[in-house]
Amino acid sequence: MNPRFRRRTGLGAALASPLAFTACGRTPVQPPEHVSQAEIDEAMHTPTELDFWTWVPGIEKQVALFEEAYPDITVDVTNAAQGAGHYAKIRTALRAGRGAPDVAQVEFQLVPSFSITNHLLDLRPYGAGELEDRFVDWVWAQVTGANGEVWAIPQDTGPLGMLYRTDLFEAHGIEVPETWEAFADAARALHEADPEVYLTNFPPSQGAFFSASLWQAGADPFGGSDGPDLKVDLTSEAAQRVTSYWADLVAEGVVSTDPDFSDQWYQAANRGKYATWLTAAWGPVFLQDTAASTSGKWRAAPLPQWEAGSQVSGNWGGSTSAVFNITEHPIQAAVFAQFINTDPESTKAMATEQYLFPPTKALLEDPEFTGLELEFYGGQRVNEVFAQISETVSPEFQWSPFQDQVYADYGATVGTAIAEGADAVAALQDWQDRIAEYAEFQGFTVEES
Amino acid sequence: MTADTTSKAPLTPRIGRIAKRGKAAGGKGPRYAKAGYLFVAPFMIAFTAMFLVPLLYAAWFSLFREQMIGGNVFVGLENYTRAFTDPLLLEGLGRVALFFLLQVPLMLAFALLFALALDSGLLRLAKTVRLGIFLPYAVPSVVAALMWGFLYGPDFGPIAQLADRIGATAPDFLGADLMLGSIANIVFWEFTGYNMILLYAALRAIPTELYEAASVDGAGAWRTAWSIKIPLLRPAIVLCSIFSIIGSFQLFNEPSVMRTLAPNVIVADYTPNLYAYNLAFVGQEYNYAAAVSFVLGFVIMAGSYVFMLATNRRSRS
Repeated sequence: MNPRFRRRTGLGAALASPLAFTACGRTPVQPPEHVSQAEIDEAMHTPTELDFWTWVPGIEKQVALFEEAYPDITVDVTNAAQGAGHYAKIRTALRAGRGAPDVAQVEFQLVPSFSITNHLLDLRPYGAGELEDRFVDWVWAQVTGANGEVWAIPQDTGPLGMLYRTDLFEAHGIEVPETWEAFADAARALHEADPEVYLTNFPPSQGAFFSASLWQAGADPFGGSDGPDLKVDLTSEAAQRVTSYWADLVAEGVVSTDPDFSDQWYQAANRGKYATWLTAAWGPVFLQDTAASTSGKWRAAPLPQWEAGSQVSGNWGGSTSAVFNITEHPIQAAVFAQFINTDPESTKAMATEQYLFPPTKALLEDPEFTGLELEFYGGQRVNEVFAQISETVSPEFQWSPFQDQVYADYGATVGTAIAEGADAVAALQDWQDRIAEYAEFQGFTVEES
Repeated sequence: MTADTTSKAPLTPRIGRIAKRGKAAGGKGPRYAKAGYLFVAPFMIAFTAMFLVPLLYAAWFSLFREQMIGGNVFVGLENYTRAFTDPLLLEGLGRVALFFLLQVPLMLAFALLFALALDSGLLRLAKTVRLGIFLPYAVPSVVAALMWGFLYGPDFGPIAQLADRIGATAPDFLGADLMLGSIANIVFWEFTGYNMILLYAALRAIPTELYEAASVDGAGAWRTAWSIKIPLLRPAIVLCSIFSIIGSFQLFNEPSVMRTLAPNVIVADYTPNLYAYNLAFVGQEYNYAAAVSFVLGFVIMAGSYVFMLATNRRSRS
């Protein structure tokens, strides 16, 4: 396009853009260099109302603790929706310039999608910079920006492990596989022994699980991306390895491909169609509630490994509390986000009553947490297993600034190829092409490798 | 049909008189006109606020591109040129067109058959039957899709279980090959009753003199249906068809619900509406989503227009 034309139209757009309709909204807070304790104290004694959007059940407990500590602040909790609907509503409200919450639950993989559009408040000046030591390293890496900004406070995580049916394993003489190779052999043996049973289910449109698998294998598809410069590498050796591994097992018919969290999947989990569920640290309690009929038959173990003898895992899910910079009460909002996720009583309740898997070192070492014996798992200390897995998650993994789109494109390319027995490794290139095309439309400078 | 012309003849002078009186009243001046505007004002205000303004806003919106990097830029018709060459959108349009060809003729044929059967007066329990066929329309389409999704279920669904019991395998209703047919079946279930009621109402409006005349001429029930009822139903059938064109091209609820059951079959761009939704709320490409919606609107308008033109020409010839 002719640059002169572009400048002129750019000016016209600035004056007459659709956003002009919404210019009456709040202007973002410019975070100060430093906020003094006196300013914080003053703010925390000013009667204030905060809007907090989250879908964590029972969050009222943490809110009550906060309101007890800061009686002048009232927090209104809204459960607008779960996941996609929640973010769609937040983005709509942010665009409208009004109605957006001060603080909201944001999952790790979507923190960059809000920081790239300049909607998050850097929490460093409000004391968050000093919290680094309290959190597990790889978790802290997920919420910090390229220039050291603290975009959110971690709330819970999902290091990836394996839940398995010990009764089915015993009945068919299967050892708990420690490597992916052993896992593949077990998948073949089990399905041959009982055609009704699959060692595991590969959910073909679950981009988050696949990302966690790439993470474990050492692939870092968006590693090195910085602001407008996006790096994409989905065709790396590690990515191909993970892809062809699952594609082969599915093609052999020894692994099922039901969409997860669907009626079919719940039914199958109850019926004993799957002998393992490769899942995150939030999985054990979730399974306990949804497959109650199989109580006592499950156990937890670390994920099988690519290299025998090593211990590496990835992360699937988990959330943070983030503050949006349209807030009128940045100090109160920032203190709230920090309080609920670091106060000992608040975080302990999250871990032991709401069963959110903790990101803080203190709780991961707390015997009251790790020593919890779950009936559903035959009295096994499941938290201890996952606390150990949490230590093995690599900090080398970066999210794209539009992870929703990445997952959607995964389902349409690689996921479908695996499910339908097409060339899944070739589909990695399709996946990358779609992402590159999308990123260019969004104004990124894309570097593919 | 002599009976027809004679019965109409005495009406004309009266219509003329009414028309004249109307004209005289209308001539009384602007006070009446003002009252008229007042009467339509509530509608016009709601129509403007809820329909015209959002439409114009979306049209305006579709001329921009808001990027994560670089902000908001005026791009003119670039979003439209992208849409017309977007293989995902074109594929979706092709899919709903196929859906239309597959589903609508069958649905309207059955609706017509039911309407004629009810109108024939030969059916026992006609009221119950009419209600029974119409009832699915009262079920919200999301609920209908959930229900059928359960029926189709490959492991847990009753059809699969029944087949299993008799030692057969149920077809994979949620597989890539059958999915469009499965959705067509849901829509068929939902809307046959609705179309039947439209056609039935039109049938009831046909003057009975025509039937009397036909029976005097010796026409039986079949002959009457073929030579009188169906030709006179033509405008109602055209109306149902136009509704169906719009409904087919805007297909959204059913695939959106079924997507949770078969996410790899119903991809994000399965239908144009689903595509627009995902562009806006997954990819945050709001401007392009607006353009895609307008393209879909144009396609529907053009489709409906061509259909009307074709049926009009045929009725004249």
